[in-house]
Amino acid sequence: MSPIESGQRPLLRFLTCGSVDDGKSTLIGRLLFDAGVLPEDVLETLARDSRRVGTQGEALDYALLLDGLEAEREQGITIDVAYRYFSTAERSFIVADCPGHEQYTRNMATGASQSELAVVLVDASKGLLTQTRRHTMICALLGIHHVLLTVNKMDRVGYEEEVFRAIESSFLDLAGELGVPEVRCLPVSALHGDHVVHRSVQMPWYSGPTLLEALQTIEIVDHSLAAPMRLPVQWVNRPHADFRGYCGTLVSGNVARGDAVIVLPSGRRTTVQQVLGVDGDIACAQSGQAVTLCLDEEIDISRGDVIAAASGPPEVSDQFACHLLWMGESPLLPGRPYQLRLGTQTALAQVTEIRHRLDINTGQQLAARHLELNEVGVCHLSLDQPVTFEPYAKSRALGGLVLIDRISNATVAAGMLDFALRRAANIHWQHLDVDQTTRATQKGQHPRCIWFTGLSGAGKSSIANALEKRLFALGHHTYLLDGDNVRHGLNRDLGFTSEDRVENIRRVAEVARLMVDAGLIVLVSFISPYRADRRMARELFAGDEFIEVFVDTPLEVCERRDVKGLYAKARAGDLANFTGVNAPYEAPQSPEIHLHAEQSDPPALAETIVGWIVAD
Amino acid sequence: MDASSELLQPLSHLDHLEAESIGILREVAACFRHPVLMYSIGKDSSVLIHLLKKAFAPAPPPMPLLHVDTGWKFREMITFRDKRVAEEGLELIVHINQDGLREGVGPVSHGASVHVDVMKVTALKQALDKYGFDAAIGGARRDEEKSRAKERVFSFRSAQHRWDPRNQRPEFWNLYNTRIAPGESVRVFPLSNWTELDVWRYIRREHIPVVALYFAAERPVVDRDGVLLMVDDERFPLHEGERPLLRKVRFRSLGCYPLTIAEPSEADTLDKIIEETRLNRRSERSGRLLDNTAGTSMEQKKREGHF
Repeated sequence: MSPIESGQRPLLRFLTCGSVDDGKSTLIGRLLFDAGVLPEDVLETLARDSRRVGTQGEALDYALLLDGLEAEREQGITIDVAYRYFSTAERSFIVADCPGHEQYTRNMATGASQSELAVVLVDASKGLLTQTRRHTMICALLGIHHVLLTVNKMDRVGYEEEVFRAIESSFLDLAGELGVPEVRCLPVSALHGDHVVHRSVQMPWYSGPTLLEALQTIEIVDHSLAAPMRLPVQWVNRPHADFRGYCGTLVSGNVARGDAVIVLPSGRRTTVQQVLGVDGDIACAQSGQAVTLCLDEEIDISRGDVIAAASGPPEVSDQFACHLLWMGESPLLPGRPYQLRLGTQTALAQVTEIRHRLDINTGQQLAARHLELNEVGVCHLSLDQPVTFEPYAKSRALGGLVLIDRISNATVAAGMLDFALRRAANIHWQHLDVDQTTRATQKGQHPRCIWFTGLSGAGKSSIANALEKRLFALGHHTYLLDGDNVRHGLNRDLGFTSEDRVENIRRVAEVARLMVDAGLIVLVSFISPYRADRRMARELFAGDEFIEVFVDTPLEVCERRDVKGLYAKARAGDLANFTGVNAPYEAPQSPEIHLHAEQSDPPALAETIVGWIVAD
Repeated sequence: MDASSELLQPLSHLDHLEAESIGILREVAACFRHPVLMYSIGKDSSVLIHLLKKAFAPAPPPMPLLHVDTGWKFREMITFRDKRVAEEGLELIVHINQDGLREGVGPVSHGASVHVDVMKVTALKQALDKYGFDAAIGGARRDEEKSRAKERVFSFRSAQHRWDPRNQRPEFWNLYNTRIAPGESVRVFPLSNWTELDVWRYIRREHIPVVALYFAAERPVVDRDGVLLMVDDERFPLHEGERPLLRKVRFRSLGCYPLTIAEPSEADTLDKIIEETRLNRRSERSGRLLDNTAGTSMEQKKREGHF
């Protein structure tokens, strides 16, 4: 079986643009006719219609082949995109035949969004016109890499080479300016069939390919195959409790059993357990295939999530700069919420700013407060939730969006994402997996563990209490862990042996660490007599998070105060292992803050710590 | 690039079409509350059912099939329908316009136009309203007919089931606008980008069962002004002196039997059908009598709610 017979031909989707005056429909009609792909009855109908309503006298009016709607046939213009299908031995083609009039710009852009190549038509007797720039610009905007400038009606200019070369030269300049990477120009006469399918004897000076040869041979590279894997989840397949598969079409890369993947926007990581193609289990699938993935862990994934290669995930953001083509009958107004669709994701989006409008005829940047039908603007978009995306230049699937009016349900805009305005770093996979920085940012503070150490009765709790009141008044989010209080609950099971003291400190330090991770300023008021334990606590924290406050009150002062009567008990021998009396206290050697507590009152001492915290 | 990716072949044209169609079917299931797949028993419907099963495996398809029966389908079609549905374990709803049936509306007594209007278009609207379907999937292809070449993949219908070709939603990339208000619906065409030849090649590749009427065989036909019509049952009105003759014929497109033209053919295998289709110089729907009555007949019918 030959490649053609088995359907193994590569496919080229291209659009044609130009207005009726340029002979666009005649060109496609001629292409189909000369390529021998028009059925006889279609030709019979065409002959009948040509005599009845045609514009070519007795000759066939190929335009009637393509303008399929009544309104188009009546007005003799193309309004909507028509799709045509034909194939040759080399390739299958899907032709999006697009209108060229400015009022149907949105229709042309629709055709361009489906295409890899554009055939842009100009009339040799007229040269480049405003509309040529418009057509080329829309193609460039929609990311078309290949443009074939087809200079038609060469018969009208006597098949003169100079005419063609002049048009070619100015078009190459234009395409360069608009950023179209691959450009070819060719001279044809659609009416007479010169260089459409058959070579022309009229233009011996032209040695390049005919239009059909060019379409058959231009190499189109599918960049999505080599890009990192992305699967926008379209549908969750869960027929019974033992199977959970995530269905969608791979928009880039390839995926195999055992691959490490990341799920966005949650940032959860896992591995691929099974890849199902359309015919069941397969080892590997590639871009363009409809697949179902089963993952190693049961994680919560739903439509709109993107499963991506763990080694190269796309970005997540909710603020973008983008190009918008407005298609609504009523104008785009900044601030109004629209429904956004991007891949399988939906969100509410509003345009926060129109940076400028692009004049599609001149390329000029103009100030604008709103966008009208068929106008293009560079805008800032703000979404009500983060979405997974890639710049449009990298991925049409994750960079192309539409906006839908929520009342009329009309599709009112097509957008091409350029970049995220807010760096994704602080949202990326920390969005659901919110981290300490996110929480701290939310609270507007640097999380800290302020560790008070000192003898019993030194004034730790009084100072900590005063400090917390002060910080609270300043709008900080705090918590006070007091030794006595914790021993009533969490550490109820612990005594005062050395082992229990270590465990006491370990538990408190761990709790403090969790609280710092939660974004809080934690005050720990514990005797914590051993240096080693305090060091252990310190090591649970990042460099500047742990602040050791030595409440340095001489033993005799503490013993004189004896607020809780403990020193008396200890001296009486009723209390074993009491620090300073019958157990050691190892004073800090280089605490961050050293308070001589007998010299000032707790609020004043607290204030010095506030100064220390706020100062940094 | 890793070793596994080097082994991958570029997707074939049929693989592309298959993946695109499956993506569309999944989109319907994900975005609509009460979708249905229109089953007309023809080759395109057979492909659709095949794709439907693939799209949702290992789960069963999350939508029923709907056949709008006109009462004038070839008998073989109905037998095939019931057999296929049973084999596949699919849920099938059959709807017939009971008013039309009571009044005896048919292509012979009332003419093709009235028959199609009452038994197909009106019947379809009745069924969609009765079951409250918000998305109806059909097997129409853009290469079949000029107004279809302009139709969207997700084609919006008003609450009155009307199509407004001048006011279609732009379809960018493969982003489909699936939002509708209560009572409104969409018609969805997963095979939009397939050609007749693609359909036959896919049927061969995937071994999809199709009605035997597509294959050339000796069948009783009458020749009316060069048009061959099959005499499928006694309701077929024979003209004076007309006698059915056995001719080797096949059908390219299947509808109501008195309105469907048989074509002389020797193509009795898939390979021969594909070769015949490849070389055929006549478009597919030239075998449907109603389509040729006026230049824009299909657009008109579609505006009124026809598929």
